[in-house]
Amino acid sequence: MPSKPFTPKVITANALLEGDVVYLTGDNWTRDLSKAEILTDEADADLRLIEASAQSDKVVGVYLADVTVNGSVPVPVHFREDFRAKGPSNYAHGKQEQF
Amino acid sequence: MYHYTDFDAAFLKERNAQFRAQVERRIDGSLTEDEFKPLRLMNGLYLQLHAYMLRVAIPYGTLNSRQMNQLALIAERWDKGYGHFTTRQNIQFNWPQLRDVPDMLDALAEVDMHAIQTSGNTIRNVTADHFAGAAADEVTDPRPIAELIRQWSTDHPEFQFLPRKFKVAVTGAEADRAVIKAHDIGLRAVKREDRIGFEVIVGGGLGRTPMIGKVLFDFVSQEDLLPTLEAIVSVYNLLGRRDNKHKARIKITVHENGIEDIRARVDERYALIRPQFTGVDQTLLARIKANFAAPQFLKGDSAPYHSAYKHDPLFRSWADTNLTPHRNPDYAIVTISLKAHGKTPGDATARQMRLMAGLAQRYGHDELRISHEQNVILPHVHKGDLPSIYYALKAEGLGTANIGLISDIIACPGMDYCALATARSIPIAREIATRFDELNLEHDIGPLKIKISGCINACGHHHVGHIGILGLDRAGVENYQITLGGDGTEQAAIGERAGPGFSATEIIPAVERLVMAYLDLRTVPEETFLQTYRRIGMAPFKAALYPEEQANAA
Ligand code: SF4
Repeated sequence: MPSKPFTPKVITANALLEGDVVYLTGDNWTRDLSKAEILTDEADADLRLIEASAQSDKVVGVYLADVTVNGSVPVPVHFREDFRAKGPSNYAHGKQEQF
Repeated sequence: MYHYTDFDAAFLKERNAQFRAQVERRIDGSLTEDEFKPLRLMNGLYLQLHAYMLRVAIPYGTLNSRQMNQLALIAERWDKGYGHFTTRQNIQFNWPQLRDVPDMLDALAEVDMHAIQTSGNTIRNVTADHFAGAAADEVTDPRPIAELIRQWSTDHPEFQFLPRKFKVAVTGAEADRAVIKAHDIGLRAVKREDRIGFEVIVGGGLGRTPMIGKVLFDFVSQEDLLPTLEAIVSVYNLLGRRDNKHKARIKITVHENGIEDIRARVDERYALIRPQFTGVDQTLLARIKANFAAPQFLKGDSAPYHSAYKHDPLFRSWADTNLTPHRNPDYAIVTISLKAHGKTPGDATARQMRLMAGLAQRYGHDELRISHEQNVILPHVHKGDLPSIYYALKAEGLGTANIGLISDIIACPGMDYCALATARSIPIAREIATRFDELNLEHDIGPLKIKISGCINACGHHHVGHIGILGLDRAGVENYQITLGGDGTEQAAIGERAGPGFSATEIIPAVERLVMAYLDLRTVPEETFLQTYRRIGMAPFKAALYPEEQANAA
């Protein structure tokens, strides 16, 4: 049986010091999902995940999150990732303030 | 009010210094996250969806004004100006930064507070009836025993790695306001002849497999209580399942082995350890009790109360819903609603905390309580002071007259904050409250408890809500399941699932149909939602919830 085709992903985590949701860009972390690097190749994604996980001095809980690509901008697939990208819905205390 | 001894203070100081060093070592890279995580959790520090979260215990829900003011200061200095009170009488700060947490813990220690054992597989914050020491129906104030249990369980060497977390709740009255039958151990003070003892209930719990606790012993004398608890937890520690997280709570241990088997094992263990309890705990208890002596009640003039009650309909409405009889007839227990329509249940701003602290200091013998229903209580208020309190509260958005009504909703943080959530709870609570406020039906509907959890862990106690709402993730979409007929009181019952769930937009109209059906079905306005449900059962409510199915079946 052919395995499921690989769908686009971003690498995400929480920042060690602030706890903020962050995404991997080339070799740095951003708080803005639209600036995250989109990974479309499975082998590459796995490798990048290992590298990102090694940055435990900067981030906590690194994982791959599914996105769809709108133009060249990643958009969360699951509502949980949507909330993570924006912050809580009851107060403008999260990222809504910034983005 | 219990005040820390030198021993308590020194212990906490040392713990905080240790944690400060651990945080530093995490930041400088000497500790990995795998090493650090259990250490931070031992100190109440979680990592949630958007930030760290610090969970601070409010033992048996009791605070003085100094402590409440300190919580306000912490909220302002290190958080975003507010705190969230939970169903376990804790306060959660949603936005601390890692570097600041040791300072926050030191600030807590200044007022005899901590975040120890608010996480992990330990004995958690001991909760109690929020009307303790004030309620008219009380056998004894449950807080001294709760404090004794807190001291016994804090840093207890044998119980730091239990199969799973362990929650104890205590009530001193026949009426159960502490949901004791949904705790790992529930204790209820009872009087036999002239002796005070405790009914010991074990194996209750909500979550994935909700269970009502079973009576293990119907009377354990005060002197025998601590060794009994030690025997129970020790039996569970060995017998509880460590192979499957979902089967590790004592409710499953009791369910799988049977209450008789557990009783026999506890008896055996008890016989072995009883001699180790030489009565030191009773000396300690006597000392603790002195800390909880009733305040010097004032003899004042109640005329301002009667006059406001007569002339101000808003005050009257608030007094009718938010006051509870006090054991001193000149006094009242005030419940301050943290459920203003459309606001987040259980949240208070620093400003509101300061106001409540100030009122407690000025009018309330310096006492405040946090209820598991996420409200704040002034347990001892002279009736003459009620109007002043009400007008002050009202000015800060704290005058909502809705205690026990449809908008007095318990809601866990859900997917707005919680990393474990499968759906949001807060917006559902806000929308239900707003909707029924618009309909202006709240007071007509009468007592009705809605409880919402954002996942199966059931922190929002949905199983014991008259209407329970559980948020789930169904194929990547938020979906809300309704249970009916739950009850968290002495007549505890687990709600029954009504049927398929509803989407986030369908759930509010569904609740509305349910409540409208109740208004039609009740025999008299005094028949509550729960009574009506108990009388006629699920079917008519199901018909209201799923009208299409009725149409299809017809
Ligand atoms: S019930 Fe679930 S979503 Fe709600 S606070 Fe508990 S763990 Fe989080």
